[in-house]
Amino acid sequence: MTENTSKNIKFTCRDVRVSYSGKEAVKGIDIEIADRSVTAFIGPSGCGKSSFLRVFNRMNDTIPGCAVTGDIRMDGEDIYAPGLDPVLLRARVGMVFQKPNPFPKSIYDNVAYGPRIHGLAESKADLDEIVHNSLKRAGLWDEVKDRLKDSGTGLSGGQQQRLVIARAIAVSPEVILMDEPASALDPIATAKLEVLIEELKEKFCIVIVTHSMAQAARISQKTAFFHMGDLVEYDETDQIFTNPAELRTQDYIMGRTG
Amino acid sequence: MPPRSLLTGRTFMEFSIPAYCALIAAMGVLAYMSAKRRAMHVAAGTVTNEISRSFHSRPNFHGVFAAGLVTLLAFGVMIGGVIAGLPGWLVIALIVVLAGLAFAYTRTTIRANFKARNVVEFAIKSGLVICSTIAVLTTIGIVLSLLFESLRFFKDVPVLDFLTGLQWSPQTALREDQAGQSGAFGAVPVFAGTFLVMLVAISIAAPTGLMIAMYLSEYASKRTRSIVKPAIEILAGVPTVVYGYFALLTVGPTIRSFAESLGASVPTQSAIAAGSVMGVMIIPFISSLSDDVINAVPQSLRDGSYALGATRSETMIKVVFGGALPGIIGALLLAVSRAIGETMIVVMAAGRAANLTANPFEAVTTVTVQIVALLTGDTEFDTAKTLSAFALGLVLFVITLILNVIALIIVRRYRERYD
Ligand SMILES: Nc1ncnc2c1ncn2[C@@H]1O[C@H](COP(=O)(O)OP(=O)(O)OP(=O)(O)O)[C@@H](O)[C@H]1O
Ligand SMILES: [Mg+2]
Repeated sequence: MTENTSKNIKFTCRDVRVSYSGKEAVKGIDIEIADRSVTAFIGPSGCGKSSFLRVFNRMNDTIPGCAVTGDIRMDGEDIYAPGLDPVLLRARVGMVFQKPNPFPKSIYDNVAYGPRIHGLAESKADLDEIVHNSLKRAGLWDEVKDRLKDSGTGLSGGQQQRLVIARAIAVSPEVILMDEPASALDPIATAKLEVLIEELKEKFCIVIVTHSMAQAARISQKTAFFHMGDLVEYDETDQIFTNPAELRTQDYIMGRTG
Repeated sequence: MPPRSLLTGRTFMEFSIPAYCALIAAMGVLAYMSAKRRAMHVAAGTVTNEISRSFHSRPNFHGVFAAGLVTLLAFGVMIGGVIAGLPGWLVIALIVVLAGLAFAYTRTTIRANFKARNVVEFAIKSGLVICSTIAVLTTIGIVLSLLFESLRFFKDVPVLDFLTGLQWSPQTALREDQAGQSGAFGAVPVFAGTFLVMLVAISIAAPTGLMIAMYLSEYASKRTRSIVKPAIEILAGVPTVVYGYFALLTVGPTIRSFAESLGASVPTQSAIAAGSVMGVMIIPFISSLSDDVINAVPQSLRDGSYALGATRSETMIKVVFGGALPGIIGALLLAVSRAIGETMIVVMAAGRAANLTANPFEAVTTVTVQIVALLTGDTEFDTAKTLSAFALGLVLFVITLILNVIALIIVRRYRERYD
């Protein structure tokens, strides 16, 4: 338990394996993820980044045939303990998906969805405030403040992605998992998103899967390189991109594999 | 008296048509093979790299062109010959000669620049257009006849009286020789009855169907779903007359004896007996269609909801159901229009008295029941009584048409949303 007493470690994983109908996609990973920082997962397509990311909020539970083993602790607490309710865990560990998936509801209702479910607002004014703050934090407020009643699905792709981030922030999670959040965005929307992530890391533990080396280098403090279900190398981002210890990492970063 | 075959003693009509057809088919096959072969031969001689001078259509198009021309011509000759009552040998001779000429003509078309492919494509397209035109024309014809007969009725009975009159008794009107007098042909009770039965049916089918749909799409395992869904769809395949006697012989008496045990008196034929059985019948419409639209809600929306810490039922009610709502409304409207047009169950179990009532425990009559009652038995088709059936039919048609159009528009909008 020594590593957990250290204040800035959020997650500790020991020998984590993920398999789909018996086929192993993540093959025994040990990793520690720091709080209030950005950790990037990189690696070739199909190497298990998304599968591993979904371990942290137990989204794998919703996939039929998917099994997770190993010891995964958040603030020292086993998040796969038999008595632990994944629904409560997910209120603390938010997730943003590759394709923006706003609900077919108004912008306001999209953001208010989580707080309403978890009873976070005492009154309408409370809820208004949560929605306002979340949209503001997500950098979307100025663009939508006059049309909160419009459908969330009517926004542009980049706006939708910030909307779902606002939606995730609204339940005040401790962690935000992002699975290729910028892959459907243009460079300008991506830049905005990166600025946002930069700000969010002051308060949240952020884990981001990305296919863009440049993006990982720009926004993350630590980078983990995965290959075929293994964690090949995990280090400070500067280290990984300037002086990787492993040949496989170097090859991937230089675009020689993958 | 048509001429008879010397060999079989049967008329040429009876004996000949299959034989002609066989002959025509054989000629078609021959024409196809021969033309294709010839085309391959010719094509082999015109190998060139210039597109403008190369062989335009592939050999089998030439084959199809020849076969099509030959069989179409022969078929026309056959029909003309049979209608004109020509003797069989003459018909066959004409077929062979004319088809032979057609074949000879197709020979001359087998050359590099003849666009047999375009001709064949055009012929196929025309055939398809003709078939769909026939279907559309039939529909238009039915609607027009409905319209004209109704207009004849409305000459006797003003439209307004028909649509707003509160008394419906076409039989009495006839007996007292008062056909056409206002009052006897007030359709309001009939439509009210239809509406009441439909309401009973929907209030049973909608909740049941929706819950089945939610269970099937969100909770049931793949295996359960693959068994339960078709099993429920069987309900829609039961002949409606079976539902009818089920309503009349089982449900109606059960309701009556239950009411009697409570000290109330309910007739065997009632809106509730017919409506509840009809409700069971339309459950699969609602459950299957709703299940489809619920399934069309993208998984990513569910994931988004789960990732926010929502439970399965919260996700289903607040996200999935909301997302599928337009489609579900469409499904409900289709079920309603089905319920309104349904005939057999109400004929058997709803009664015939044109009561204007909102009480489902009374006997009511519906549009379809009245149409059946008006047109069965010995009737002349020019009295106001029988013509009123067309007016009822027309209004019913307009209502279901509007419902269907609305439902389709809603469903289409909904589809676009996730495409
Ligand atoms: N729902 C699933 N059912 C079965 N197998 C799956 C499922 N999801 C992922 N896999 C398998 O697990 C392995 C890892 O997939 P995963 O999606 O985690 O890769 P990834 O690193 O995120 O790839 P990408 O960069 O393309 O998103 C792949 O071999 C994939 O086929
Ligand atoms: Mg992935």
